[in-house]
Amino acid sequence: MLYPLWRLALCCWLLGACLTAQAAPFEDSMAQRSLACTGCHGPQGRSGPDGYYPRLAGKPAGYLYNQLVNLQQGRRTYPLMQSLLAPLDDAYLRTLAKYFAELEIPYPPPAPQPTDKALLARGMQLVRQGDPALQIPACVQCHGSALTGTQPSVPGLLGLPRDYLNAQLGGWQNGQRQAQAPDCMADIAKRLSDADVHALSSWLSSQTVPLVSRAAAFKPPLAPGAQEIRCGSAPW
Amino acid sequence: MVSARTLRTVAMALLGALAGALLWALWGFDAYHRQSPVNGAGTTQTPSSAQLERGQYLARVGNCVFCHTAPAGEILAGGRPIATPFGNVVTSNLTPDPEHGLGRWTQDDFWQALHLGLGQDGRRLSPAFPYTSYSRLTRADADALWAYLQSVPAVPRPNTAADMVWPFGTQTALGLWRAMYFRPHPNSNESSAPAGADAVAWTRGRYLVEGLGHCQECHSPRDALGGLSDASRGEGGVLPGLPWYAPSLRDTAQAGTTDPHALQSFLQTGVGAGRFAAGPMAEVVLHGTQHLHDQDAQAMAVYLQSLVHNKTVLGDTQASIPVEASSGAYRIPTPKQMSSLSPAHLQGGEMYKQHCADCHGENGQGRAGVYPALAGNRALLMNKPNNAVLSVLYGGFAPSTQGNPQPFGMPPFMLELSNAQIAQVLSYSRSAWGNQALPISELQVQAVRDTQQRR
Repeated sequence: MLYPLWRLALCCWLLGACLTAQAAPFEDSMAQRSLACTGCHGPQGRSGPDGYYPRLAGKPAGYLYNQLVNLQQGRRTYPLMQSLLAPLDDAYLRTLAKYFAELEIPYPPPAPQPTDKALLARGMQLVRQGDPALQIPACVQCHGSALTGTQPSVPGLLGLPRDYLNAQLGGWQNGQRQAQAPDCMADIAKRLSDADVHALSSWLSSQTVPLVSRAAAFKPPLAPGAQEIRCGSAPW
Repeated sequence: MVSARTLRTVAMALLGALAGALLWALWGFDAYHRQSPVNGAGTTQTPSSAQLERGQYLARVGNCVFCHTAPAGEILAGGRPIATPFGNVVTSNLTPDPEHGLGRWTQDDFWQALHLGLGQDGRRLSPAFPYTSYSRLTRADADALWAYLQSVPAVPRPNTAADMVWPFGTQTALGLWRAMYFRPHPNSNESSAPAGADAVAWTRGRYLVEGLGHCQECHSPRDALGGLSDASRGEGGVLPGLPWYAPSLRDTAQAGTTDPHALQSFLQTGVGAGRFAAGPMAEVVLHGTQHLHDQDAQAMAVYLQSLVHNKTVLGDTQASIPVEASSGAYRIPTPKQMSSLSPAHLQGGEMYKQHCADCHGENGQGRAGVYPALAGNRALLMNKPNNAVLSVLYGGFAPSTQGNPQPFGMPPFMLELSNAQIAQVLSYSRSAWGNQALPISELQVQAVRDTQQRR
């Protein structure tokens, strides 16, 4: 029974190989213009192979634009991106952000669930309820109850590799990653212990991205007892 | 036989002369020039809106605004670091803040800074501030700039002290440097346009290129003390503290074109006759020259065209060889050198097909207005491969300008290709499609990588 399936797989593979070997025809499009981006961030910005180059496709346009500006102006430190973006003006950065935001590309399957039940429980607790004693708000308060982000500037938290999540939270803790003041995520990340960062990234990276992966149009209503958070990067 | 007494007299005379020169450099030089009549002394009336507009235009196309605004900082409040081989200088606050900016300066103080490179208190300014070029500015333009600077919001950002290697930042060192390399511009037209050139445009173009645009601060070789000589102005040089090479404005093979329309388009859009502004020049176009009025851009093109002393014209897209390039920026390999290319060279061809050919074309022909041709490409063929190596390592975009708002980009390859692979693919490209330049080595790639990463 497997035989025809294998043959089909082989045909697909050969077809794929032939297609990639062909010189890509030039087109006057944003895809062609942004080959400089997709070289590292993967075809159509679906993310690089190693978890270091984050996905761009489908993230809220305001969020992507903020990151482009932060990289260009040094709030996020990455010399390669800084020199690449140096000669681009604001209008073009917005166009690039909008282009990647509108791409709908399927997400990769989630990472396998870790076996440490306590770890997962702590991760889920931080995401859903936060930890009032430590002044850590719930992730869902801003990133949406489905964790797919909130328009126009709050990114989703699912479909991201654990290494990437760890690196970003670490970057906020040590100032490598910054945002427009007031830098709410820097304040929150600095209250997280290493164990809590580990719990959060383990839980988030092992969740399946919902079928409707677009960012929510509105921020969810404030949970009872929760404090409003002021963020320079997402002024509602 | 020379007597001991004669020797002693000669030695004393020499020492005396040296001490005199030192005294002149440290006290006499500045005092002498500060006495010189102020060219068309400024008026202190309220600036007209035309003057303000003019000042804003000049501050923009001269790139004052870009350098004196920190990344993510407030306009003209300073704070952008400038790397020099002698340490870092941080641009100063030019807003009218009385404490930290120019709030307590007068119009004459500002003129003195531009024309003589001296601060309000007579302090010698760092030549990272290119007063060596701005000295050429007219009093009217200086006054317009002053009026504009006084009109921006005051920002109380304290200035950041320069971080220079001793003794380069000291007033004594700056005094000696000034005596060696700086003469205030006489502000009179010292030479006239060459025959056949539009004299009005040429004179205006010279004023913009050598004065406000301060093009030659980058496009000239600097000596060990960071000085420019009149003889080598515009002859091309590696940027202070960076691996980027600013090509010669005088050698056609490097300047690439004598077509004034192409030059004008390059300044205003970042793209002209197959040439694309890259690296620091892309930022100069983005923040400065794209805002030039047509007439000024045209004038700069007329003057730049007249600078070129070597009339070897290169084909634009056809492979061509800058045989007579006088600056020695290019060297043609002998047939023996060409035939001894190693097999690594062939691997370079495979890599070219895989990584480069989709955009730059199977025959290095590029795509008009989109991707540069590599056949006959000046940056690729230079002996100093810095700019070609940097383009492969860091990728890049042409600047986004009104005339080219959505440029196409090249991905960086620094993470994908090793130094050896970059050397191979560049060596292949330097000898394919009629190109004839010597291969470059892994070490040359590493050297560029090192300089860039030390920033």
